[in-house]
Amino acid sequence: MTWTWFHRLGSPPYIYRLAGILTPWFGWLAGVLLVGALYDGLVIAPPDYQQGDGFRIMYVHVPTAWLSLMIYTWMAVAAAVGLIWRIKVAHAVAAACAPIGASFTAVALLTGMLFGKPMWGTYWVWDPRLTSELLLLFLYLGYMGLRSSFDDLQRADRASAVLAIVGVVNVPIVHFSVVWWNSLHQGSSLSLTGKDTIATPMLIPLLLSMLGFTLYFVAVLLVRLRGEVLRRERAASWVAEVVAT
Amino acid sequence: MSASLLRAENLHLWRAERHVLKGVDLRVRGGELLQLTGANGAGKTTLLRALAGLNHLEAGRVFWNDQDVREDRAGFHAALVYLGHEPPLKSDLTGIENLKYWTGMRRPLTDSAIAEALHATGAAGFGTRPVRTLSAGQRRRVALAGLVLAAVPLWLLDEPTTNLDTEGQQLIERLVATHLQDGGLAIAAVHHRLAIDPSRLRELNLFA
Amino acid sequence: MSDRLTPPLTAARLVVSRDLLLAFRRPEQLVHPLAFFVMVTTLFPLSVSPERAQLRAIAPGVLWVAALLAALLALDFLFRDDAQDGTLEQYALSGQSLTWLLLGKTAAHWLLTGLPLSLMAPLMGYTLGVPMSAGAGIMVTVALGSLALSFIGSIGAALTLGVRRGGVLLSILILPLAVPILIFGSRATELAIRGETYLAPMELLASVVVLSFTLAPLAAAAAVRISLE
Repeated sequence: MTWTWFHRLGSPPYIYRLAGILTPWFGWLAGVLLVGALYDGLVIAPPDYQQGDGFRIMYVHVPTAWLSLMIYTWMAVAAAVGLIWRIKVAHAVAAACAPIGASFTAVALLTGMLFGKPMWGTYWVWDPRLTSELLLLFLYLGYMGLRSSFDDLQRADRASAVLAIVGVVNVPIVHFSVVWWNSLHQGSSLSLTGKDTIATPMLIPLLLSMLGFTLYFVAVLLVRLRGEVLRRERAASWVAEVVAT
Repeated sequence: MSASLLRAENLHLWRAERHVLKGVDLRVRGGELLQLTGANGAGKTTLLRALAGLNHLEAGRVFWNDQDVREDRAGFHAALVYLGHEPPLKSDLTGIENLKYWTGMRRPLTDSAIAEALHATGAAGFGTRPVRTLSAGQRRRVALAGLVLAAVPLWLLDEPTTNLDTEGQQLIERLVATHLQDGGLAIAAVHHRLAIDPSRLRELNLFA
Repeated sequence: MSDRLTPPLTAARLVVSRDLLLAFRRPEQLVHPLAFFVMVTTLFPLSVSPERAQLRAIAPGVLWVAALLAALLALDFLFRDDAQDGTLEQYALSGQSLTWLLLGKTAAHWLLTGLPLSLMAPLMGYTLGVPMSAGAGIMVTVALGSLALSFIGSIGAALTLGVRRGGVLLSILILPLAVPILIFGSRATELAIRGETYLAPMELLASVVVLSFTLAPLAAAAAVRISLE
């Protein structure tokens, strides 16, 4: 039944092998999609009616922002699985996700700032999206900081799992409060996308980019996961065999 | 009332990378004292804490009266007291107050019961002084009063004779003997074996 | 062997009364967060401007940031002593629900830290040019906000138990989670200062409070058990 599949995923050597097999698939597919999205977004798609060519950075900003949130959720789910069922591989997944998620958040922030300069003449605005992304970055850094403050790996895994779960519950609340705060002050004319509908020629590169970045995340996660698994299981005999070959 | 029984099967525990408990089995009945011996670092404290449910066991199970302790953790905890190296006392409270809050959280206590317990462990003379003014041996006597007061079947003791003089060690032996006679059981990590009726003594030696 | 066990509510009450008793045996410790609050508030006129109108404009933010920082400082001693002398461990082994015990402990901690802060806040507001008529509003909002903070902070305090320089890490972990409290609370305070109705942000703040005291003790209990492993 499906539970044997689930139990096999919990076995470090199995995951190591599986990740190794899957990585090139995800990697190449991501590469193709991203190149396609880049070409489509930069060359084929028309400039935006209101925001001109500067809008093209949205093809990077929107997927990375969306992924930064998805990765945090995924990290919290993996951490919860590791905490409740005490599956070490799940903790390894959570640990591997964090730096990737933080990097995506940083990229989302940077691309948001790059969008802001030509649009509003300033690199930073306290708009709800950017502010939420910044707070999400703090959550990631806090998670990674907590992990690194323990020498005992098991305690690091379990404590950071609690933090991730608490964080993921709070993310909607934090986001809501930031949106609420922002609506009090400016006429919310400063908004990052400000679009209700996106024309189809712009939708395709956006979707390609979204998919491409997601597959890229999976590929990088698999690579990092293999490294995490090796590091955690370094005392085991199967690791010695792998390293010898 | 049938005799209490604590059983542990194939306990494995790792601390960081060290395999501290390598398949420990033990069995203690009501009326018996299990002495844990072994060098420092062999895992005596770790085993006691694992039995109490503080440390997580990688493998193996613990049974209290033939029920896996994980099924009713609160019930298991209500049946045991764990005393570590340091007596769990707040230094700004008096001995009496400490007992009122510590053991009182487990079962309702009367003032006379507290006084009686302090008397039994030779701590009656300093029960009203803040614990920070007491010597290490005096604090241990207050902690032992709490142990007696809790009236639980299972005692988990980590080096109970620490800081006690000869008279104090005899006190421990008397308290344990009474506890065993009442049908209770105890597991104690010791460096010097306690002088208890040999028919009630078991021993488990741990190797590093 | 006794069959009568202490009921859970009594156990929680014992936890509260013990912590209150301990605090009154060392009352000097209670002053520290308050002194910190006063000092941080004082820094703003010194670094911005002593002009009353300007101060009144930034007063809600100043009061809340200072209260937040003072509350974070105070969270340090929520578990520290109990973890060191082994009494926290005894709580985990008492056979009582650790969640209820921590609910009591955190409530006691708020009574000793958050409540005094909320009583002090109108006074500091006055020094920032806020009329005393807004005092009640400030008190209520800071009281609620600090209550939510104590509960959310208890999770962070439990997670960072025994960590070197845990205080700074605690602040880093809790600050993003405290943003909703800060936003709703400072908005409510701002409206109270202006004499307008502050019901909307208060309700939002109250719902954060309810959420935190129902869920936080659960997470804190899990975190404490992890720290004791």
